[in-house]
Amino acid sequence: MSATTLQMLLDELGYDEKTVGTALNQEFVRARDRAETRLCEGDAVEIVTPRQGG
Amino acid sequence: MNDPVTLYDVALSSRLLLGTARYPSPAILAESIRASGCEIVTVSLRREAGGARAGEAFWSLIRDVGVRVLPNTAGCRTAKEAIATAQMAREVFATDWIKLEVIGEEDTLQPDVFGLVEAARALANDGFKVFPYTTDDLVVADKLLDAGCRVLMPWAAPIGSGRGVNDAFALRALRAHFPDIPLIVDAGLGAPSHAALVMEMGYDAVLLNTAVSRAGDPVLMARAFALAIEAGRAGFRAQPMTPRDMAEPSTPIIGRPFDRLA
Repeated sequence: MSATTLQMLLDELGYDEKTVGTALNQEFVRARDRAETRLCEGDAVEIVTPRQGG
Repeated sequence: MNDPVTLYDVALSSRLLLGTARYPSPAILAESIRASGCEIVTVSLRREAGGARAGEAFWSLIRDVGVRVLPNTAGCRTAKEAIATAQMAREVFATDWIKLEVIGEEDTLQPDVFGLVEAARALANDGFKVFPYTTDDLVVADKLLDAGCRVLMPWAAPIGSGRGVNDAFALRALRAHFPDIPLIVDAGLGAPSHAALVMEMGYDAVLLNTAVSRAGDPVLMARAFALAIEAGRAGFRAQPMTPRDMAEPSTPIIGRPFDRLA
């Protein structure tokens, strides 16, 4: 991975930004903040999409 | 809509909320939702491999069915995880409704009520309309209302167990203590009769998943639960008679043939 921001990571992984939710180190990151959210070594990134649930 | 239930200012004619997990196929899920007549389904958020599009396909199916969604925080084990999940769900599903689950114990999937109250307060302060999945504990219920919840969802039995009501006394006490709060029984029901029972107790609605999705015929079971919930609700409103220990003739005694006139 060469991405330095969360948005670059999403682009690199091929996600559709409209239907994913993101968090960095267990803190929510809004869609509009992804481009400015820089990634560092050891960061825990969560990328989630809609799924069946009870 | 002559007997609506109102959840966070939204009036609904169906008193059944349906989970969307563990159905044999997407088509059976869609048909079960329609057969149930429900207006709210629960959904979740999960990780997905970048190339896969399962999430997109599922979300498209739910939008096509045209029901309101109630996202959950299933699987979260801390208030922090649940809060972040709720915030992601609000953005992805474009709703401020959240079914709040903070699980404290693996074998029973019992809520961690301390984490639940903490997360409920944070989310309610952030503008969420919180549907907390809780136990039947009265004091916890009080704390959740104090935290800003306007609906409570006590369990009947552990998630997916199909046991029906474990503690009828506790559920009756909760209903009696909070006569004006919408109470939804969430989790543990297995048969339509279980749902009828809690509706007869005066519960406002029922949330089901496994009882429908793992039935031999989920579509027929969805319909069966809808009928049971409607019957139980009507039974509650009709005010059942008081049980007696001894018989009381239902046919009038006076005028009985062969009876001796005194």
